[in-house]
Amino acid sequence: MEDDAPVIYGLEFQARALTAQTAETDAIRFLVGTQSLKFDNQIHIIDFDDENNMINKSVLLHDAGEIWHISGSPAEKAVLTTCYSKTSESRVLTCAAVWRMPPEWESGSHESPDDSSNNPQTLELLCHLDNTTHGSVACVLWEPMGDGKRVISLAENHVLLWDLQESSTKATISSSATLEGKGQLKFTAGKWSPHHNSTQLATANDTAIRGWDLRSMSQIYCIESAHGQLVRDLDFNPNKQYYLASCGDDCKVKFWDVRHINEPVKCLEEHSHWVWSVRYNHSHDQLLLTGSSDSRVILSNMVSISSEPFGHLVDDDELSDNEESQQEDKGKEPLQDSIIATYEEHEDSVYAVEWSAADPWLFASLSYDGRLVINRVPRALKYRILL
Amino acid sequence: MSSATTPPDSDPTGRRRVHSMLKLYYGLNEEGTAAEQAESLDPCDINGPHFDPEVYLNKLRKECSLGELMDHESCMVKQIRSLDSDMQTLVYENYNKFISATDTIRKMKNDFKKMEDEMDCLSANMAAITEFSARISGTLQDQHAQITKLSGVHTLLRKLQFLFELPARLNKCLELQAYAQAVSAHRRARCVLQQYSHMPSFRGIQDDCHVIMEQLAQQLRQKFRDGGSSAKDLSECVELLLQLDEPAEELCDKFLSHAQSRLEADLQGLEVELKDSAVTDTDILEFIDRGCNEFVSSLCLVIASYQELFINQMANGKLHVFVDTLAARYFSLVEQRIQEEKGVGDNSLLVRALDRFHRRLQAITKLLPGSAVPSHGTEIVVRAARERIKQYLSALQTFYHDSLTDVRQALAAPRLAVGGANATPSLPELLTSLSNFILNQLKSVLASVHLFTAKDITFSNKPYFKGEFCSQGVREGLVVSFIKFICQSSRQYCESAGDRGGSTPPALLLLLSRLCLDYETSTISYILTLTDEQFLVQHHTPVTPVTALCAEAREAAQKLLNHYVKVQGLIISQMLRKSVETRDWVNTIEPRNVRAVMKRVVEDTTSIDVQVGLLYEEGVRKAHSSDSSKRTFSVYSSSRQQIRYAPSYTPSAPMDTNLLSNIHKLFSERIDIFSPVEFNKVSVLTGIIKISLKTFLECVRLRTFGRYGLQQIQVDCHYLQMYLWRFVSDENLVHFLLDEIVGSAAHRCLDPSPMEQSVIEVICERG
Repeated sequence: MEDDAPVIYGLEFQARALTAQTAETDAIRFLVGTQSLKFDNQIHIIDFDDENNMINKSVLLHDAGEIWHISGSPAEKAVLTTCYSKTSESRVLTCAAVWRMPPEWESGSHESPDDSSNNPQTLELLCHLDNTTHGSVACVLWEPMGDGKRVISLAENHVLLWDLQESSTKATISSSATLEGKGQLKFTAGKWSPHHNSTQLATANDTAIRGWDLRSMSQIYCIESAHGQLVRDLDFNPNKQYYLASCGDDCKVKFWDVRHINEPVKCLEEHSHWVWSVRYNHSHDQLLLTGSSDSRVILSNMVSISSEPFGHLVDDDELSDNEESQQEDKGKEPLQDSIIATYEEHEDSVYAVEWSAADPWLFASLSYDGRLVINRVPRALKYRILL
Repeated sequence: MSSATTPPDSDPTGRRRVHSMLKLYYGLNEEGTAAEQAESLDPCDINGPHFDPEVYLNKLRKECSLGELMDHESCMVKQIRSLDSDMQTLVYENYNKFISATDTIRKMKNDFKKMEDEMDCLSANMAAITEFSARISGTLQDQHAQITKLSGVHTLLRKLQFLFELPARLNKCLELQAYAQAVSAHRRARCVLQQYSHMPSFRGIQDDCHVIMEQLAQQLRQKFRDGGSSAKDLSECVELLLQLDEPAEELCDKFLSHAQSRLEADLQGLEVELKDSAVTDTDILEFIDRGCNEFVSSLCLVIASYQELFINQMANGKLHVFVDTLAARYFSLVEQRIQEEKGVGDNSLLVRALDRFHRRLQAITKLLPGSAVPSHGTEIVVRAARERIKQYLSALQTFYHDSLTDVRQALAAPRLAVGGANATPSLPELLTSLSNFILNQLKSVLASVHLFTAKDITFSNKPYFKGEFCSQGVREGLVVSFIKFICQSSRQYCESAGDRGGSTPPALLLLLSRLCLDYETSTISYILTLTDEQFLVQHHTPVTPVTALCAEAREAAQKLLNHYVKVQGLIISQMLRKSVETRDWVNTIEPRNVRAVMKRVVEDTTSIDVQVGLLYEEGVRKAHSSDSSKRTFSVYSSSRQQIRYAPSYTPSAPMDTNLLSNIHKLFSERIDIFSPVEFNKVSVLTGIIKISLKTFLECVRLRTFGRYGLQQIQVDCHYLQMYLWRFVSDENLVHFLLDEIVGSAAHRCLDPSPMEQSVIEVICERG
């Protein structure tokens, strides 16, 4: 059962920003934002043809500045947000804006991919998430599974909840919260929880992870020194509402139960440098993807803390007959927590990894030198999880 | 010649002559003279008895001349004269003697006559006496027979009297509690009474006795029941009762139950002492002593007397059960007491106590072969020994922790008193003292444990102490566990410290790592050899091999050293990160100096280098640059030039930038940043520098630079280049990372116009 070879796509520019097109459920599509101070920045739309193992790309011009973060609307395929840095009066400020992709991009790219780079189309600006009073934006988060009307931006030490109105052409701050404390506090990452009716948010600043209730805009928990060093990213388990994973400069990936924040549930230490990105698979939350500046992407199988029944940790009493028979059907030993694969296709630091929104067995990783690698979960494991 | 009777005389010849003459006179014929007679048969011998004057004269006349004759004659005359005078004196001498002899004889004659009369008288008297005597004995004959008869009657009467008095006597004995006497008296009389019981009087006596004896038995039983008397009394009591034909079974039960109550009292005493021991602070030896002296000796006594009393009648089963139950209680007490013995200071007391305990139980073996008690006792000793080993292990562990705390304090001290840095011990000193402390402590513990197997200890020849105790207990349970514990706790330092931001001082990590490595290379095998020798360990059961322990120690050392690298790297990283993050790189001024933080990085790296150098060897460098900073410069500047002349900074060809660095990467190995290091200084330093520079790179990539920002980075990198290459194994690594930093900064630069290499060098050399 030979696994397909990874598909590699090279960008001309350095890049950090990667997202799956969240609202697209048919095509496997990723969006990559480039970073260049000298040239016009681009958003590459990477379409992956699973059957032919081929990549189709389209390029959209993003002339506002280099892209630090990109995020697609969960409701509208064409709508996305970017965080980009703007230099004015020898001052660098990272702004955020909501964009719409021009409707023709799809047809144009298919006809003549070579020409598209010559004459790229430009993104249509919908609105700015005006942050001049709040400072640089670290990231913009869409409401998970929402209707594409609400976004959160993390600017310096502020959490801003925006309402998008009039087809996203107008953004107003509906509520905000500010993290007060000693020194210059700055959010480095955040994640909007898909659980609890989307009323919770987790943010990372320095070594701490904080949870926020969006209704009251107040802090609900705080994991001080969640990591020895800076926390770089976090992600919620899509199926277990209290579980989240975090990663950081101490080379570790930690799993937390936010009800018991004194100790992590589990800790992985597989990378040999900072871990920049951590992502749960949307459907099978035992699959975890991490990207690190040691140029590696690691796919781990965390069965013991996933929502799937796990042979050793689930009490026998709790196992219903149904589950038991299911296990018997498998006829195999239960899977152990393990590393499934380490992907070494990158030669520079990997700053972003992302699962496809359409195919749960497929993921992309992006390294600083502009190399995008699309990989699949090994077939053997896939069948074991499915069957 | 002469007879011995004559004393030697001045003139023996003259004397003899006188003698012989006297002999002649008295008609004596001595034997001695016979020989002389033969000599003097010569008739010419004038002194001889056969002297013939005629022959002599004739001979003289024939043989001698006139003159000679004349002389002879005169001589003869002279001799005759002297003989005459001699004769005369003799006569005179003897005359008086004759006179007195005659008187004496006359007197005797008179006396004898008187005596004869008296003798006659005496014989007459004797005859009278004989007659009288015969008469008397004739008269006394009758009386004698009568007296003999009377005395026979007398004894009989005495016996009868004894019998008649028996009840009274028994009563008296009863009063005086002289039971033994009473019983023996009764025994003597019993058969007689039995025999003559048909006679009413005897019958009466017998009944009386019976009643009294009943009473006595009652009293004995009472006494028996009351208890309070000693075991000896008790056994006496039982003996008497047995003699009184009490049922043995019942007695036996009673005896045992009674002994039990007394032994239980002993046990209770022990129990009280056990409770008080915390307060009164009696040591275990005293306790065991007391237990032995009171309980065990009483128990032995009971066993002995039981066997003496009942062994013929009863089976030993009862006794076994009895002894077992009591001993079980005693053992539980002893065990409680042993468990209280937690202090590990002096083991000899415990060992001696156990020895005594064990030794005293041997008595039971002798008394009661086949009893399970001694083996249970041995089990207790074994358990105590096991427990002891555990205690020692935990004591060792605490000691280890304490000494680590000491080391920690010693390490922290220089920071408190920077002035007196010389006073504090250096790392190697701390290492040696720490490892010596541990080793000495381990040795002393081994010595303490060794007491268990000393020759003079009775239980040391038990199979457990010969085999399992040495191999499983001491070697595995103590030594191996301790070494494992050291490794384990070392590893914990790595894990706990990582989360909470380095609560362990890095120097301690380094020290521990070296300690573990030393253990791997020599100490472990030394300790184990020492143990094996001391305890003559025979490995009946599989034991942890030295290699496994060494591997574990090495692993721990590796982990610690990795962690040390990580911690130190993170400290420097933190400095670099802060310095990059907090600066406004777009609006910075033209660089005039190397930033202070870079100097600090170099300083710190140097001090780490010194620190590591104290404990670890230099290690090998790849492509060792002999001394020339010049060569370093050339390498660096050439790579610098590549960047400078590369079109990367020109806006026209963005692809080439990637190309350059990609080509670079193609030919260089992938750098693992937090990778394991080797046990040498260069490797450690390489690791730290790798981490630091990688952090620098990642931070630079997150910032945007102005022209002077880029130039400052150039200056800083060049400065680092100047100083860091000497610490690492492969200087190309430093070059590569620094190039990457400068390259990234150039990428992130709004106005990438690099500084002239010569200017950079000037600034860096200025300091």
